[in-house]
Amino acid sequence: MNIIVPIKQVPDLVEELEINADGTDLDREWLKMKLNEFDDHALEEALLMKDESGANVTAIALDGDDIDKALYAAAAKGADRLVKVTGATGNSTHQAAKALANAIQGMDYDLVMTGVQSVDDRDGQLAVILAHYLGNSHVSVVTGVQASGGSVTVQKEYGAGMVAEFEAATPVVLGIQAARETPRYVPVAKVRRAQKSSTIEEVAAGDAAADAGSTVSKMYKPETGAGAEMIDGSAEDQAAKVIEILTQKGVK
Amino acid sequence: MSNQIIVVVEHLKGNIEDITFEMLGKGKEIAGATGGELVALLLGNGADGLAGQLGAADKVIYVDDANLAEYNPQAYCKAVTQIVQANSPKMVLIGNTSMGMDIAGGVSVDANLPFIAYASGIANDGSSVTSSLYGGKMNVDSTPSGDGCIVSVIAGSFPADAGKADGSPSVENATVDVSGLSVTFKQLIEPEGGDVDITQQEILVSVGRGIQSDENLPMAEELAAKLGGAISCSRPIVDSKWLAKTRQVGKSGLKVKPKLYLALGISGAPEHIEGMKDADLIIAVNTDPKAPIFDYAHYGVVQDLFDFIPALSGKL
Ligand SMILES: Cc1cc2nc3c(=O)[nH]c(=O)nc-3n(C[C@H](O)[C@H](O)[C@H](O)COP(=O)(O)OP(=O)(O)OC[C@H]3O[C@@H](n4cnc5c(N)ncnc54)[C@H](O)[C@@H]3O)c2cc1C
Repeated sequence: MNIIVPIKQVPDLVEELEINADGTDLDREWLKMKLNEFDDHALEEALLMKDESGANVTAIALDGDDIDKALYAAAAKGADRLVKVTGATGNSTHQAAKALANAIQGMDYDLVMTGVQSVDDRDGQLAVILAHYLGNSHVSVVTGVQASGGSVTVQKEYGAGMVAEFEAATPVVLGIQAARETPRYVPVAKVRRAQKSSTIEEVAAGDAAADAGSTVSKMYKPETGAGAEMIDGSAEDQAAKVIEILTQKGVK
Repeated sequence: MSNQIIVVVEHLKGNIEDITFEMLGKGKEIAGATGGELVALLLGNGADGLAGQLGAADKVIYVDDANLAEYNPQAYCKAVTQIVQANSPKMVLIGNTSMGMDIAGGVSVDANLPFIAYASGIANDGSSVTSSLYGGKMNVDSTPSGDGCIVSVIAGSFPADAGKADGSPSVENATVDVSGLSVTFKQLIEPEGGDVDITQQEILVSVGRGIQSDENLPMAEELAAKLGGAISCSRPIVDSKWLAKTRQVGKSGLKVKPKLYLALGISGAPEHIEGMKDADLIIAVNTDPKAPIFDYAHYGVVQDLFDFIPALSGKL
């Protein structure tokens, strides 16, 4: 079983996000990036399948800031092959999907598993769009994958704890919501070792002309605190005020 | 391009989901402002009875096919694409839900239409769509280029009541080719019962990733007990297996409306907000003054929860 896992770096939301001068995108100069958490889950699920039944796992990513580090980290966790797609432009999901599809088309694969969404996929979630460029079927919001022969059984989460089960013939693209285990952690030393022992293959994006189909006119912060009345002071003061509110509202 | 606004109807086990009515309500405003026709697209097998609840639409397009008896990502993509291609609507509204996330992007590729996701607002003339991105920390307004576009709508963004109307809109039966599927529906797995039903609790103390470790849960549980409520949580807490799925609030968890929702170390991602924004009283505690949860809370406390919880517990 060959599993391809597209991964990408996204802005770390713990950091303060600033908007660029023309007000249409983040100011990317000082942005701290981290692996999309759902891609981390996709990679984990692929590695668990490898641990179980010996799948071959390829981590693939578009060239970009910090991406080598992310790919080496994937190798340190157990990915067998690292591929970087170079020469892709733009940052829309459609463009990324097209470039990835060009690269993946030439590879041997049964499953493509990627994160169900990312924090910046304004023109849509990757898995579904990639599947359609590849001409494969797909299932998204997946929380369980069991492979057998030429097909996989997948669990897809609806709301309120309801789950639907589907069987899909391979090749199929899955948008992973959560791996069955918490994604494994690798210490930096191990990533450094992987950097020495593994190589990143480079594949040209080819004709990745695709359009997000829309243009951003404005990016802005929602009015934080507009709704909330902020309670200041020490933790003790704040707790006292909260008790007052609860009493006043008849909750306590 | 036609002047149609098409809303893809979402239904499960014979119930139309609220997101459908939310989109119909918004679609009605857009259709009204643009002189357009509001169309509800209903897919199913023997599901035509549901059309009677879609009175807000000017017309229902109903596709009946054995392959559409249950929701199926591949079949739905094929069907919606063909209907969209046959009708060239001005806008297609699809829920940014588990089902809709499987459909919108596929139709965008196959029907070659722009797709704007995570919509929390749409200008009534259809010229601009506001997406909630970066975990709710940024809003982005975009303009679709060209004729026609697909918009996926975050649940809870528009009032459902505006789209609820009984009646008998005209039903147009349509046929599409949804054969040759490589994905098949197997079964629905119902949630496990037996735990506290958080939808019935009046007081919820809800913890997020800010709690850091399951070892810190007891202090939150103690606070919940002192307040006479129960503990609930955001999704990562369930994914880490620290609390049961039955305690999860949000898009893929439960929708709650308690008298008090005390959010501790929860950032307020749109998927979480969907599940709790209608609570009577929301108090949020977070170290990040820019956390989106403060947009929805009635009261905000910028504080380390490890200082706040003992302080509050000590006073109860
Ligand atoms: C299809 C889909 C469905 C989803 N469904 C759900 C759902 O049902 N429910 C849900 O919750 N999520 C859901 N999610 C996940 C959602 O996107 C977010 O990832 C999640 O809500 C984040 O949880 P969080 O706020 O606990 O964590 P984070 O976003 O990591 O936030 C942690 C917060 O804690 C604060 N903090 C850290 N330390 C402290 C401290 N010591 N004291 C006080 N505050 C602190 C931080 O400032 C931060 O704001 C879904 C995602 C997808 C893709």
